[in-house]
Amino acid sequence: MADRKVGAVLVVGGGPAGMQAALDLADSGFKVYILESGLSIGGTMAQLDKTFPTNDCSMCIISPKLVATGRHENITMITNAELKGIEGKTGDFKVKLSRRSRFIIEEKCTGCGVCAEHCPIEGANAFDRDLAPAKAIYVPFPQAVPLVYTIDKGLCIGCGVCDKFCEAKAINYSDEPDKEEVIEVGAIILSPGYDVYDSSKKIEYGHGVFHNVLSNIEFERMLSASGPTEGHVIRPSDGDVPKKIAFIQCVGSRDAQTSNTYCSSYCCMAALKQAVIGKEHVQGLDTAIFFMDTRAFGKEFEEYLMRAENEYGVRVLRNNRISKVEEDPETNNLMLSYLEGPDIREEVFDLVVLSAGARPPESTGNMAKVFGLDLNKFGFCETDDLTPVSTSVPGVFVCGAFSGPKDIPDSIAQASGAAGKVAALLSEERGKLVTKKEYPQERDVSGKEPRIGVFVCHCGINIGSVVNVPEVVEYAATLPGVVYVERNLYTCSQDTQKKIKEVVEKHDLNRVVVASCTPRTHEPLFQNTVKEAGLNKYLFEMANIRDQCSWVHRLEPVKATEKAKDLVRMAVAKAATLESLPQPKIPVTPAALIIGGGLSGMTAALEIAKSGFEVHLVEKEKQLGGHLRRIHHTLSGVDPQETFEQLEKEIAEHKNIKTHLNETASEIKGYIGNFETTLKSGEKLKHGAIVVATGGVEYEPVEYMFGKNPKVVRQTDLGELLAEKDFKADNVVIIQCVGSRNDEYPNCSRICCSTAMANAMKIKKEHPETNVFVLYRDIRTYGFAEENYNEAARLGVIFLRYDPASPPRVVATNGDIVVEIDEQFIEQTVTIKPDYLVLNAAVRPNPDNKDLAQLLKVPLTKEGFFLEAHMKLRPVDFATDGIFLCGLAHSPRLIDESISQALAAAARVNTVLSKPFIEAEGVVSVVSEERCIACGRCEDVCEYGAPRLEEISPGVIKSRINEALCKGCGSCAVACCARAISPKHFKSEQIMTMLEALLADKDEEVKV
Amino acid sequence: MSGPVTKDARSTEKTHEPKIVAFCCNWCSYAGADLAGVSRLQYPSNVRVIRVMCSGRVDPAFVLKAFELGADGVIVAGCHPADCHYINGNEKAAMRGDFLSEFLEDAGIEDQRFRMEWIAGSEGQKFADVVKKMVAELERLGPLCEEDV
Repeated sequence: MADRKVGAVLVVGGGPAGMQAALDLADSGFKVYILESGLSIGGTMAQLDKTFPTNDCSMCIISPKLVATGRHENITMITNAELKGIEGKTGDFKVKLSRRSRFIIEEKCTGCGVCAEHCPIEGANAFDRDLAPAKAIYVPFPQAVPLVYTIDKGLCIGCGVCDKFCEAKAINYSDEPDKEEVIEVGAIILSPGYDVYDSSKKIEYGHGVFHNVLSNIEFERMLSASGPTEGHVIRPSDGDVPKKIAFIQCVGSRDAQTSNTYCSSYCCMAALKQAVIGKEHVQGLDTAIFFMDTRAFGKEFEEYLMRAENEYGVRVLRNNRISKVEEDPETNNLMLSYLEGPDIREEVFDLVVLSAGARPPESTGNMAKVFGLDLNKFGFCETDDLTPVSTSVPGVFVCGAFSGPKDIPDSIAQASGAAGKVAALLSEERGKLVTKKEYPQERDVSGKEPRIGVFVCHCGINIGSVVNVPEVVEYAATLPGVVYVERNLYTCSQDTQKKIKEVVEKHDLNRVVVASCTPRTHEPLFQNTVKEAGLNKYLFEMANIRDQCSWVHRLEPVKATEKAKDLVRMAVAKAATLESLPQPKIPVTPAALIIGGGLSGMTAALEIAKSGFEVHLVEKEKQLGGHLRRIHHTLSGVDPQETFEQLEKEIAEHKNIKTHLNETASEIKGYIGNFETTLKSGEKLKHGAIVVATGGVEYEPVEYMFGKNPKVVRQTDLGELLAEKDFKADNVVIIQCVGSRNDEYPNCSRICCSTAMANAMKIKKEHPETNVFVLYRDIRTYGFAEENYNEAARLGVIFLRYDPASPPRVVATNGDIVVEIDEQFIEQTVTIKPDYLVLNAAVRPNPDNKDLAQLLKVPLTKEGFFLEAHMKLRPVDFATDGIFLCGLAHSPRLIDESISQALAAAARVNTVLSKPFIEAEGVVSVVSEERCIACGRCEDVCEYGAPRLEEISPGVIKSRINEALCKGCGSCAVACCARAISPKHFKSEQIMTMLEALLADKDEEVKV
Repeated sequence: MSGPVTKDARSTEKTHEPKIVAFCCNWCSYAGADLAGVSRLQYPSNVRVIRVMCSGRVDPAFVLKAFELGADGVIVAGCHPADCHYINGNEKAAMRGDFLSEFLEDAGIEDQRFRMEWIAGSEGQKFADVVKKMVAELERLGPLCEEDV
């Protein structure tokens, strides 16, 4: 008999990675427990003000995830708790947990906050990094999930005030301190995140001694509208607005003194972002960042760096490791010495921000003990290049910064990847422990007078600092049909969702309008809320008073307020005309199409197949493998060929996978759940989801005599030469950034520094007599790859830095080649005569992407990589439902990162294929048979074949629209000469109503 | 009924604030308008966006109605050619746009008052620039009024 398996999963840590893993699994039919040691889920991301490279408001993008996790019917959150022990084995674990008491009865607390208002005791606020006070009864931050208060027993004096004011009777001072419980799960995902390095340990920088030295997280809180200074940048010593801020990089990372020799990966971009945002907060602010190397290696990061430097005027000072900060005790100003070219300069700053790196989370020791987990020498979870989400313990997986410092999108991809692995492991148990979300019966609002509720959002200060929100609220109350108005600090927070539901019920509202950010990100959240309140989700309308108002009219508060009123008036007018729309259920074809059979495509295919779904793997070449066939050792020294052969065998043998070689897609029709693809050969495939894994190509250099001299080769060629064992050379020169970080392809190719290290180290180990020179601009060995940089230097690899303004020069004389470089540190020209000149050529997008993008109707970046739905939180999704991407099709990345993304795409596909039905959108067009004259223009105009002329009764021909095929674009309605077609939710009357609402006032003004 | 005519710009108050209606498709142009916000690009506050699923949804009647109700300018914005989320709704919009331009010209409405634009989700700057340019032109032209007002 097969071993018992449990269809439930424990996710340890509720940051962005933990939430993503939990949501993917819960959406694929598994019961999920999130164990969070803190009081709220959200992790470090909840503390951030903005995120790079889009400068999205961090709270705005994470808030919908917090809410979605908090209210998912298959996710149970266990907060303020820790792991105690584990028994059993993969597929069947018993986990012992311990909950610390909040001294509050969680089920009773409504999160109203009256207790904290009246609490007389103030302590330091850990969330705001002690920059602001917090009460003895508190929530960590206003958008906390779950929104339940906690008594800090260390501060509480037991005065009883909170108990007296708590209407819900939720206070319980005598609650027993800790409660233990045991849960049963089939697999465990570890996503405890990371701790920020305590920068006061670097005593030479004076953090904690000099008032005006802040850590990066402290500065981030200061930038945040909901932070301790409400977004005002000030000097803690005197409250003055600083004019000059210095950022010191690599504090507690890349630092042998602290034994944290790894790179923390995200701090370069985070500092650039803080410098840019700081400049937006303070007019005329001077910001200087002291870098060792600028590590802007991610998707479109280099462009962000260039914009920060060239457009915002952030001073980027490379080659600098600041040795100490000195304070003038009179002024509390801070003095730094640094290198500018060969000169040492001194400069005084008003504020210094320390870019503190990542440390393993505090709980790492406990986790190692409980699970018997292997950690690396720094205390992060040990993983392998080829199994990036697996730990040393079967059934226990890892994602996010616990397996090494990384930014949010990489954490999210890894999280989905871990979810993909778990879904495959527990595939037979899918659906066994979950419950279906039940919404209340929808109220019939047809024919009822509109009763509209309007919620206006301050969005911290994002809206409130420009638009006069109270004035908009007062105005909204005067609009026809409006019976209820209120304003919220964040309308998207969980407590406001609860409030909206209460208000809908209490005031018998039948339409809801939210004036806040943009429907593109937040409409689904609010639609779900009104659904929970018993209203059809289409009885909701949004006014965009942030992205298209307060953010773009910052200097015109009066006009912005007028515009906000107009937008609210238009939204209210449309709301009054909204109707309940039914959502038909569309069956899902449980099969996936994978386009591209390289490492990423193969990995995704196998994982989806293991989850029990059919897979069509389409590869244009005659064999699978892509680039992987040419890679013989990874940075950690593993030969991927063995794994590749194993993967190829498993794919060939798996009954769920059909491989189509020498094939491409020539036509792709349909929509999520129901795609139909025609291959070049004419074969038709039906499938419910698509993964784009078309990979990238290695740039063909036109520089440095490539193709003209046999001694000039590319990095991949060098890898193959080294694998052939007959390599011999006195001197090898490797030039970095060939074909990347230039005008044509501005972004960094990410992998080249690591591949250079891998090859350079291999040469030095096998041929110690060979001199290896690496000619670079910035060394970008992020994360633990930094160890390899250090190791390469120890082995004697010589690193020479060049300025892109004077790149290395290569000349050929008598069959020899000579390389000249103007070295930046020693400020001298160095001449080398190499036996091999190795060009580290860029990763370029696959030239086929363009055609495929048009077939799929998905966007590309300017450079030609595929563009995902959201750079931060949806790294492997396209905006079009049911289509996903992974690997080099997304952007350049290392093998382990490609595998993570491929597993992530598999997990995302599972969320689609595991459902028997997809609920279709209600926004479709309908024909009024009374008006239809059967002219057939709708048939001609529709690209989806939705309208068809049918004989509805003998001799009577009318157009009918197939709702499953209709996309709701509304083109047919405009083409219809009888005005018989109406696109629901965007009816002509509704748009005309908005125009009238907008322009009626104007008319009156003209007449006056 | 006679067509609307433009008042002499000199006879209007200096404080004339042109009102612009922009019909933006959900997938590209509305996203572009949002991106202008995310990038904090500043542009004049005269534009009011009406979101439609596709630029192909914009009925010429909407544009005429906007002018009739007193809009000084109308923008119809969609995805770039070949980028349409609905395959080619934007091309249909473009054809109607050409027709509309001619019609408006016959009606005595200057061609600067009506624009068809392709704005991608990544073109926040373009959205801001289109608005800036139109506002500047409309300020120069002055308000659009019915002859009998």
